[in-house]
Amino acid sequence: MVANNSPADSSRVEPPLLFVQNLEKRYGRDKFFSIALSGAVVILMAILAWLLISIFLDGIGSLDWQFLTSFQSRKAEKAGLLAAWQGTVWLMVLVAILTFTIGVGAAIYLEEFATDNWFTRIVEINIGNLAGVPSIIYGLLGLTVFVRLLGNITNGSSILSGGLTLTLLILPVVIVATREALRAVPDSTRLAGFALGANRWQVVWSHVLPAAMPGVLTGMILALSRAIGETAPILVVGAAAFIASSPTGFLSKYTAIPVQIYNWASRPQDEFHDLAASGIIVLMVLLLLMNATAVILRNRFQKRF
Amino acid sequence: MTAELPLQDASSLWKPKRDRAKLTQLIVQIICGAFAAISILTSFGIVGTLIFDTIEFFSRVPIWNFLTDAQWTPLFSSKKFGIFVLISATVMIAFIAVLVAIPLGLLSAIYLSEYASPRLRQILKPLLEILAGVPTIVYGYFALLTVTPVLRSIIEQLQGFLAFIPDLKIFNALSAALVLGVMITPMIASLSEDAIYSVPQRLRDGAYALGATKRETITSVVLPAALSGIVSSIILAISRAVGETMIVSVAAGANPVLGFNPFESVMTMTAFIVQIVKGDAPYGTTIYYTLFAVGTTLFLMTLVLNIFSFWFVRRFREKYD
Repeated sequence: MVANNSPADSSRVEPPLLFVQNLEKRYGRDKFFSIALSGAVVILMAILAWLLISIFLDGIGSLDWQFLTSFQSRKAEKAGLLAAWQGTVWLMVLVAILTFTIGVGAAIYLEEFATDNWFTRIVEINIGNLAGVPSIIYGLLGLTVFVRLLGNITNGSSILSGGLTLTLLILPVVIVATREALRAVPDSTRLAGFALGANRWQVVWSHVLPAAMPGVLTGMILALSRAIGETAPILVVGAAAFIASSPTGFLSKYTAIPVQIYNWASRPQDEFHDLAASGIIVLMVLLLLMNATAVILRNRFQKRF
Repeated sequence: MTAELPLQDASSLWKPKRDRAKLTQLIVQIICGAFAAISILTSFGIVGTLIFDTIEFFSRVPIWNFLTDAQWTPLFSSKKFGIFVLISATVMIAFIAVLVAIPLGLLSAIYLSEYASPRLRQILKPLLEILAGVPTIVYGYFALLTVTPVLRSIIEQLQGFLAFIPDLKIFNALSAALVLGVMITPMIASLSEDAIYSVPQRLRDGAYALGATKRETITSVVLPAALSGIVSSIILAISRAVGETMIVSVAAGANPVLGFNPFESVMTMTAFIVQIVKGDAPYGTTIYYTLFAVGTTLFLMTLVLNIFSFWFVRRFREKYD
C-alpha cells in the first residue's frame, strides 16, 4: 500500500480493483450450490418413496390370509409364504440366542476383563476387517465348515447351518454395539461395586450389564434386522427354494422369506412377481416392527449417566 | 469384649467366602475370552476355506488359463475359466453404481451437515437409515421389475430420434448398476456426513472472517479438511458394490460376456456363485471348487479396497484438538 503513494506507481491498478468482490455472481453460485444439495436429497427421498410405493402397489393385491397360511405351490394363486416365514422365525430365534450369548460375552471380555494386550488388539483388528467381508463369502465359509465338515452334526443344509452362518455374519455388529453400551456405563458404578467387595464379574453381572441392557438390546435388534434380510449367505449354505412343509427342528431343511422372494422374482410369470412383492411387504413390515422396537427401547430405557 | 480386641483380630472375624466367586469369575473369563476368539477363528476360517479349495481348483485348471481365457463357460462341455469375464462385469457395474452414488451421497452429506436445520436432520437421517436398511433382495426386485421397464420405455422413446442407442435387454447391467448405486448412496452419505460434521467450527468461522461465502467455505475449507473421511467412505462403498449379490443376480442376468456394455445381460462374480449354488454343485466336482476360486478373487478385491480405505484415513486424516 505504501508503494501506491509513490508517483512512479501511478500506472498500477488501483487497490479496489485488485480484489473483485463480485458478490452478485458469488451469491448466485451459492444459490445454485444449495439448490443442487437439496436436489440430491429430494432425489434420494423420491427414490425411496418410489421403491416403497411401487412394491406396495404390486404386492398388496395378493397379500391376504391365505398367502400367509399356504405352502409354496407351482400355481401362483395357491402359493403362500407359510414355510418361508416359519423358516425365518426359526432362523431368527437361533441367531438371536447365539449372537446374544457369544456377542455379549465377547464384548464383556474385551471391555471389562481384558487389558490392552496383543490378544484384544488382534480381536479388534479382526472385527474391523470382518465387517468389510462380503456376505456371500460368509456363505462359502458356512458351506465348507457347517454344511460339509460338520455335516454330521448339522445335518447338512439345515436351519442350524444357516443360523450359524448368519451368526458369524452379524457377530461383529453385536460386539461393537455391546462394547459401546458397556462403555457408556460410568466407572463410578464399577468402583462402587468394588468398594463393597464385589469382584469384577459380580459387578459386571449385577450392575454394569443391567445398566447397559437397553443399548445391548438395541444393537441386537438392529443386527437381527440385518440378518433377516440377508439372502446370499443362506442361499449358498442351501436354503432350498421349494419347501412345502413346516420346519420341525433346528435340523430341518428350510426356506426363508428372502430366499422365497428371490425364487418368485426370478420366475418369468407376472403372478409370481406379485407374490414376491407381497413377500417383500411382509419382510418390510417385520423390519419396521423390529426397528420401531429398537427405537422405543432406546428412547424409553436409555439412562443418561 | 470385642472392643478390647486388637484391631487385627477384629477384622479377622469377618471371613467372606470368596473362593466360589473367584472360581466363577475365572470360568466366565475363560468362556468370554473364547467367545472373543471366535472372531479370529472366523477370519482364519474364511481365509482357510478359500485358500484350501482354491488350491484344489488350480490343480485342475491351470492358473494361466484362469487369468487369460476370454470366455467363462464352466458348465459347457468345453470348459473355459477366464475370470476376467466375470471381473469385467463386476467392475463395470460397480463403476456405474459409484458414478450414481458419489454425487447423490456427497451432496446429501453436505446438505445434512451444513444446510439442514436440526429438525430436518432429525427427519432425514432416519429416512436415510431406512434406505440403508432395505434388504438387497428388495432392491433386486425393484431393479428388475420396476426400474428396468421404465428404463426400457425411456430408451424406446430416445431411439425415436437417437437411432444409435441399442436396445436394453430385460436382464441388463444398467438398471442393476443404477439401483446398486442407490443402495450404496446412504453409506457414502452417512460416513461422509460424519467426516464433514466433525470438521471444527472454527475453520468455518475463519473462512467466513476472510469474507468467503458459505459455498466457498464448504468447497475450499470444509471439504478438504474432511477429504480423508469422504474418500474412505467412497472406497468402502465401492467395496460393498463389488461384493453385492442379490441385485445383480436378480436384475443383471447370467450371461458371461467379456466387455463393458451396460445394455447387455452380464454375469458378475457374485451372480456366478449364486447361479451355481442354486443348481447342484456336488462336493468334489470342478464346479464346486470354481465357487471358491471366484470367491477368493472377490475376497481379494474387497480386501484390497478395505485396506486401502483404512490406509487412506490413517495417512491423510487431519487432526484437530
